[in-house]
Amino acid sequence: MKHVIELKVNGDSYQVAVDPWRTLNEVLREDLNLTGTKLGCGTGDCGACTVLLDGRTVSSCLTLAVEAAGKDIRTVEGLAPSGEELHPIQEAFIEEGAIQCGFCTAGMELSAKYLLDRNPAPTEREIRASMSGNLCRCTGYDKIVAAVDAAARKMK
Amino acid sequence: MAAFDIVGKGVPRTDARAKATGSATYTDDIKLPGMLHGRLLRSPVAHARILNIDTSRAKALPGVKSVITGADIPPVRYGNWRLFPNLQDEYALARDKVRFIGDEVAAVAAVDRDTAEEALGLISVEYEELPAVFDVDAAMRRGAPLVHDEVEGNVSLDRKIRYGDVESAFKEADYVRKDTFTVQAVSHAYLEPCSSVAQCDQDGRITLWTSTQVPYIVQCLLASTLKMRENDIRVIKPTVGGGFGGKMELRPWEFCAAFMARSTGKPVKFTLTRREELATGRRRHPMKLISKVGFKKDGTLLAKDLKILLDGGAYNAMGPTATFLCGNFGAMLYRYPAYRFLGLHVYTNKPPASAMRGFGAPQSLFASETQMNLAAEELGIDPIDLRLKNAQVPGDEIPDVATISSCGFRECLENVAVMSDWKKKRKSKKKGYGVGIGCYSFISGGVFNWFNTQYAFSTAEVRAFADGTVHLLTMASDIGQGSDTVLKQILAEELGLAMQDIRLTTADTAMTPQADLGTWGSRVTLMAGNAVIDAARQIKEQLFGAVSARFNLNVIYDLECKGGRVQAVGKPERGVSFGEAVAMVQKTNRGKALVVRGSYTPRRKGLVTPAFSFGAQVAEVQVDQRTGLVDVKNMWTAHDCGTVINSKSVEGQLEGSLHMGLGYALSEQLVMDGGVTVNDTFLDYKIPTALDMPHGVSACVPTYEPEGPMGAKEAGEGMVSPTAPAIADAVHRATGYRCMDLPITPEKILSGMKNKG
Ligand code: FES
Ligand code: FES
Repeated sequence: MKHVIELKVNGDSYQVAVDPWRTLNEVLREDLNLTGTKLGCGTGDCGACTVLLDGRTVSSCLTLAVEAAGKDIRTVEGLAPSGEELHPIQEAFIEEGAIQCGFCTAGMELSAKYLLDRNPAPTEREIRASMSGNLCRCTGYDKIVAAVDAAARKMK
Repeated sequence: MAAFDIVGKGVPRTDARAKATGSATYTDDIKLPGMLHGRLLRSPVAHARILNIDTSRAKALPGVKSVITGADIPPVRYGNWRLFPNLQDEYALARDKVRFIGDEVAAVAAVDRDTAEEALGLISVEYEELPAVFDVDAAMRRGAPLVHDEVEGNVSLDRKIRYGDVESAFKEADYVRKDTFTVQAVSHAYLEPCSSVAQCDQDGRITLWTSTQVPYIVQCLLASTLKMRENDIRVIKPTVGGGFGGKMELRPWEFCAAFMARSTGKPVKFTLTRREELATGRRRHPMKLISKVGFKKDGTLLAKDLKILLDGGAYNAMGPTATFLCGNFGAMLYRYPAYRFLGLHVYTNKPPASAMRGFGAPQSLFASETQMNLAAEELGIDPIDLRLKNAQVPGDEIPDVATISSCGFRECLENVAVMSDWKKKRKSKKKGYGVGIGCYSFISGGVFNWFNTQYAFSTAEVRAFADGTVHLLTMASDIGQGSDTVLKQILAEELGLAMQDIRLTTADTAMTPQADLGTWGSRVTLMAGNAVIDAARQIKEQLFGAVSARFNLNVIYDLECKGGRVQAVGKPERGVSFGEAVAMVQKTNRGKALVVRGSYTPRRKGLVTPAFSFGAQVAEVQVDQRTGLVDVKNMWTAHDCGTVINSKSVEGQLEGSLHMGLGYALSEQLVMDGGVTVNDTFLDYKIPTALDMPHGVSACVPTYEPEGPMGAKEAGEGMVSPTAPAIADAVHRATGYRCMDLPITPEKILSGMKNKG
């Protein structure tokens, strides 16, 4: 039986009827057409599907949509503060060359937001540790780490 | 060398904003009205005859719109080696036989993915299992089961290279050694799983959006397998989430999406799971390499005799090219007066290996670089000195294969020695500590026309407009490496325009000019870049003519496109804006649009590539003596990639290569149990994380490649090769364990240390 739930995504409310086994990733991408959140593995190992749930990073591929009902969901589409086009993290990713194929980018940016919300001036080691749940096959991570560092400075 | 305005700068990628905001469209993001979802049924056995397939229960499941098997499709074999049809050995869906666990047997399209998945479970296939072979030695044994009944001995292709008198060179040698190396299978592990969406229009023409590196190849092979005309098929490459060689062939889901879109009249999408990617996907060839080298006492190389057995898996895929290339790489870097190579591509009942970043080089160079280090040790010569003594230099010729034009290898070696403080660190006796070296050379695109195309290898169309903008159209495919940005930079530089003056359309086989062979072998910057320059120069010719006439310039005057103007060199007052110049040309031609086509095909460049790049890398490791864990502290790299077009992209490529090279050296391996790929998740298949990466420092050795656009050549693919031999050499210094079979695991190190006592 489907459940009718209310999802609050990037400040907007959506009512959706979902099967209890559907993941938040599927509902975001397929029902709400918010395709900025990617699916790289579906088993919680790569971080490409990372979103913020009440401010904490979760793998949307391992989160059921019904679990997210009523919570504050933040995806890459809602990362920029209202009225702005880009969040400082996004600006830094662009400027530092932290994006190649871009498939890991949304997850990386949200993990970076989670880190910087809690630790506004992380060391390189802290950045690497905090981002180590997000895999990237293209960049070797150096420019991603540099971008998080640059974003921290911008946000001071 | 000319001073550049845009070339050489770290211009931000033109697609970075779309990717940063999540608005870039990848194939799986595409949703069309009425779209069906496809899934593939794969073989659970490594080798079997298909006796019967019953799809009736699957077809009866509500929501299922189509179920197809090998019996429903045209019996057309395909493969990238169109030049030799006998090497085209695949059917989109198996007929008669399955040859590896994961071989595609049937496809279902249904209203949603769950229904399609459920339908797979309702298809019953009767198999008669056959004996199987899982490694090259077993496959080549007399009487071994045949993976393809028509290929005796399971060797699908051999390749020989031979020059100089190998036998007498070995007789002359003071020091000869022979070693056997093995290397493992690894996954491309691009983050975006393969995905394709097909739609059929009212006239029966197909449009396929697909995550590919080679839209033109997919278009042509799809046409032949569907028995349609090439231009009734349009292939569009959306944003692609990495390829690394794993997306450079026609694949069964591309065929099935198109076939089923035509038969159902509805769009059909297939997206692979990560499990499918890791367990059944293409991979880098495992190889067995037997190498014999001979030196004079003073370290001068005299000869090499190299035999490589490639474990190709069940189909040829890009294996023939890898077979050619690993032999060529075996002769690179050093001057071998005599060289003999035999490469055998061997079928086994495993998922097919194919192209992967480095294309034969990581395997071949692991062997030859490790052997150089072994030889240096026994000859008592410093490994960098031994390399300097034998290093290739500009103008060197590899008989019948290639001539090296630009080459900064010596400078790379000298540079990396200084950067890493080699002499001092190499002497260190600290416990568990060591530095080691590895080098590479790589190609800038291929010359050999295995796809047998009648078109130029790369093509670019440029349309110039009176509003001062231009439109660049090319089939070249950005798969994340950044070619869209690089091609725009080259055009902007040539035409004196800004990046934002250029509209770019790429990788759409119906809208961009035929043809481009795709993204592989580091061919795009050089080949598509040259095509863009060719087009730009034709535009300039016409603009210069108009401006010259308008200002009544002496015919000996030179003109230039600079800062948005077309003018006499250094004389902005004798010139007009780019847009005005375009309008003048159009008026001269009674309104005809200013549109040109440029192209590039290598000429008189041998068999392999128009240009070689070079580099040297030093690794510094600390090995935990109790656990055998390797901590790679630093990597120093000096490389020669010709002119740098985009500094940020080159750095990014190098850093990405280091990531992949590190995984190849230490942590990545598709573990096989017979025909089963055991580690099929990212939890078990370990690519390095941000925490695992060493500190990297790199330097570009300046060279100018005469064949390259503005002097540029390959960057960042070859660099994946030196890392494993460099780390292996450092681990040897640190522990006494010399790795001859990748990857370098703690178990191997510990048992190696024990054996040394
Ligand atoms: S897709 Fe969720 S962690 Fe990989
Ligand atoms: S940019 Fe391609 S996976 Fe990170």
